[in-house]
Amino acid sequence: MNSEINNFISKDVDVLGMVVSGSLTNGVEVKLKPERSVSEIKVGRYVSIEAENLKFFGVVTDIELGATDQTLRVNPPEISNPFIANVISGSTAYGIIQVEPMLILSQDDLDSIYGPQPAKTIPPHFSKVSLASDEDVETVFGLESDTNFWLGNPLDMDTAKLCLNIEELIKRSNGVFGKSGTGKTFLTRLLLLGIIQRGVASQLVFDMQSEYGWKGFSEDSKEVKGLKQIFSSKVAIFSLDEESSRRRGVNPDYVVRIGYEDIEPGDISVLKETLNLSEVAADAAYSLERYFGPNNWFKEFLALSGGEEFIDLARNLNINQAALSSLKNRLSRFKRFDFIDESGGNDSVTQILSYLDRGMHVILEFGRYGSDLAAYMLVANLLTRRIYARYAVFAEKALGDPTQQPTPLVITIEEAHKFLSPDIASQTIFGTIAREMRKHNVTLLVVDQRPSGIDDEIMSQLGTKITCLLDNEKDLDSVLTGVSGNRKLRSVLSRLESKQQALIFGHSVPMPMVIKVRDYGTATSYGDFQIEDTKFNFDEDNEDLFGKKL
Amino acid sequence: MNQDNRIGEVVESSSLQFTVQCYDLYKSPNIGTLVKCGTDPQLFGIVYDVSNKSMDPARRPVPRGRDENKEEGVYLSNPQLNRLLITEVNCILVGYKSTEGILQSPVSLPPRIHSFVIECSEEELREFSSTLDFLPLLLESPILNSIDDVISSFLIKSSKSHDDKSRFLIYAGKELAFNLSGQLIRLNNLLKRISK
Ligand SMILES: Nc1ncnc2c1ncn2[C@@H]1O[C@H](COP(=O)(O)OP(=O)(O)OP(=O)(O)O)[C@@H](O)[C@H]1O
Ligand SMILES: [Mg+2]
Repeated sequence: MNSEINNFISKDVDVLGMVVSGSLTNGVEVKLKPERSVSEIKVGRYVSIEAENLKFFGVVTDIELGATDQTLRVNPPEISNPFIANVISGSTAYGIIQVEPMLILSQDDLDSIYGPQPAKTIPPHFSKVSLASDEDVETVFGLESDTNFWLGNPLDMDTAKLCLNIEELIKRSNGVFGKSGTGKTFLTRLLLLGIIQRGVASQLVFDMQSEYGWKGFSEDSKEVKGLKQIFSSKVAIFSLDEESSRRRGVNPDYVVRIGYEDIEPGDISVLKETLNLSEVAADAAYSLERYFGPNNWFKEFLALSGGEEFIDLARNLNINQAALSSLKNRLSRFKRFDFIDESGGNDSVTQILSYLDRGMHVILEFGRYGSDLAAYMLVANLLTRRIYARYAVFAEKALGDPTQQPTPLVITIEEAHKFLSPDIASQTIFGTIAREMRKHNVTLLVVDQRPSGIDDEIMSQLGTKITCLLDNEKDLDSVLTGVSGNRKLRSVLSRLESKQQALIFGHSVPMPMVIKVRDYGTATSYGDFQIEDTKFNFDEDNEDLFGKKL
Repeated sequence: MNQDNRIGEVVESSSLQFTVQCYDLYKSPNIGTLVKCGTDPQLFGIVYDVSNKSMDPARRPVPRGRDENKEEGVYLSNPQLNRLLITEVNCILVGYKSTEGILQSPVSLPPRIHSFVIECSEEELREFSSTLDFLPLLLESPILNSIDDVISSFLIKSSKSHDDKSRFLIYAGKELAFNLSGQLIRLNNLLKRISK
C-alpha cells in the first residue's frame, strides 16, 4: 500500500528537504523535512540539489531554527513530554539550513567532457536537496587513479574517497598549515607518499624532526613507518647526524658534510633574525667575501684571532668593529656543528642530484640538529640554492630540446615562515622558488604552524592549501587572503576538529572541501598503500616483472 | 457482511452528517469510532456524539427506582423500557469508497434512511487511517466544539491498528501541527491527549 504513513515510515534516507528561498550571493535556504532534525546535519556537510536537468553540488554553511508560529517563543509547547517534543520539532518548529551551491554537475553527456562547472545560478524553488552521495564526490573530485591519490574522506562520508590530482598539485607550490598537534606531519607524510606512489616528481625533504624517513611517532608514542619502510627502493635517507640515525636503527644512504667553502654570505643574511644579527653585521659577510675571496672567507674569518688583526680588518673593510665581532661570535657557533667540516665538504649536492635524477626521493634527516633552527636553515638554504641552480641549467638545456626536461622536483620545508617571512622572503632561494611558480620544474611544499609569519605575496602564490585547525585570527586571515567565499571558509576552518581534519582549497581542487585525513599508521593503512602501489604505479610493475628491483 | 458489527440504521442524514438509531439500547460504538454505511458508494463516518433518550420526544422518562436496591432492578421490573428508550449515534461524514479505494473528501449525497451502519474492522480502520487528509475537514468542522475529543479518540483507536503505533502517532501529530499552525495552545492540548 503506497500511503502517506508508509512513505513516512520508509523515509528516503538521503533527502533533507527543499529549497525555499535564496540568492546567488548568499546561497539558498533549505527547509528541512519534518522528520529531519537540525542536529544530524553539520556545517561543512556536502549536499546535492536536483533541479530539472541540472544537479548542483553545494555545502552547508549555516543551520537555523524556524517556527511557523511566532508565539512559540513566548508560549513554548510542553517539550518535557517527549512525544510532543518529537512532533513539534520539524513541523511547527522546523530546521533551516543554508547551502552554498558550489558547482553544477550537468546531467547530460557533456558532463564527462567539461566536468563540473562553477555554479553561476541557483536551483529553483522547491528543488529537492539530499545529502551528497559517494558518486557525487567522485564526479567532482575524480576517482582514485594513477594520477589521483586518496587523501581523505569528506566530512561525515566515510565511504567516499576524496582524491587529489597529484599531477595538478605539484604544478604549483603548496602549503600545509595548522596549529601544533593538528596533524600536519601526518598529512604531509601522506602527500609525500602520494607523490612517490604516483611517480610524478622527485622530492627533497628537509626532515627537521627526522620523522618522515625511517619512522615517526603518533601521539600515543606508537611508532609509525616512515617512507623508506614503505618504498625502500624509491627513498634514500640522507643524514646530517649519523650517530642519531644509527641510534634510531637507520642506516643512512649518505652522510652529508658541508665544507667551510660551501657557505656563502647569502646563507648568513637569511639567518639574520635567527642569529640575532644586526643589518650591518649580516652585510659584513659580503665585504668579507670580497676581501678574502669566495671560497675562503668563512675559514679565514673564523681563523682570525682577536686583537690587532681584528681591528685592522674592521678598519680595512670600513665596518663597525662591534658588528664584525658579533658576526664572528655567532658564526663560531657553526664550529660546534659536526656536519660542518673545516677541511672541506663532500659533494652532497651532486649526490642528491644523482638520486633525484633516478626519480628517487631524498629525505634529509637532521637528527639532533633538528632542534637548532640556525643549522636547519643554513643547510636547507645552502643545499636548495645549489640544487636549484643546477635545475636552472637543466631547464635551460630543455629549452632547445623539450625531451630533456628534468623530472619535476618538490622540496618540502618545515617552519616555513622562518624562510619566507616578509623581510627575508625576497632574499632566500625559497622565496624565489615560491614566486617563480614552476619555472625550472621546482616547486615547494611548505609546512607551517604560523602562516601569518609568511609573506603575503608568497601565500597568494601557493596553489593548493591544506589547512588543519587554526585559531589565531592572523593565521586565519593569512591562509584565506584572496580566496573567494573567505568569510564562510573562515567559519568552517575555525570549527575543524583538533586533529586529522583539514580544509583543502585552491588550484588542484574544483571547490574547497573539508576532509577527515586518511588514517596513517595502522596495519590496514600500510596494506592499502601497497595495494595502490601495484595498482597505480606501472614502473614498479615492470620492475617486478623483469626482476630488477633495486 | 459481518452481522455482529452492525449497530443500527440511519434515521436522519445530510451531506455533512448522519444519525443512527442503534438496534439495542446502550449498544453503541463510542466516540471516535469509524463506521460505514450504504453501498455504492459506501460512506464512512466517525462517531462524534452518542445520546440515550425517549423514543417519543413528547414523553420524558420519569424516575422509577425508589423501591429498587439496584439500578438493574428498574429495567427488570419495567421490561417495556427497552422499547421506549433508544440510543442514538451522530456521525460526521469523512469519505467514501470509490473504485480507486477510500477517498477522504466531502461526500456529494447523504446516506439513505435505513442504510445499515456497521462498525469498521481493524483492517478497514488501518486502511482508512493510512492517510490523514480528512483532518482539516474535522478540525474546521462547524458541527461541534468538542471535535478535538473526537479527533484524539479516533487517532488513538487508529494507532492501535498500525504495527508501529508510536510512529503513527508522530505522523498524526505532525499532520496536526501542520494544520494547526498559529493555534499553538489547541495543538498542545490535542497532542497531550494523544500522547497518553
Ligand atoms: N592522518 C592521521 N592518521 C592517524 N593519526 C593521526 C593523523 N593525523 C593526526 N594524527 C594524530 O595526531 C597527532 C598529531 O599529529 P602531527 O604530529 O602530524 O601534528 P603536527 O601538526 O605535525 O604537530 P606539530 O606542530 O607539533 O609538529 C599524531 O601523533 C597522531 O596521533
Ligand atoms: Mg609536526
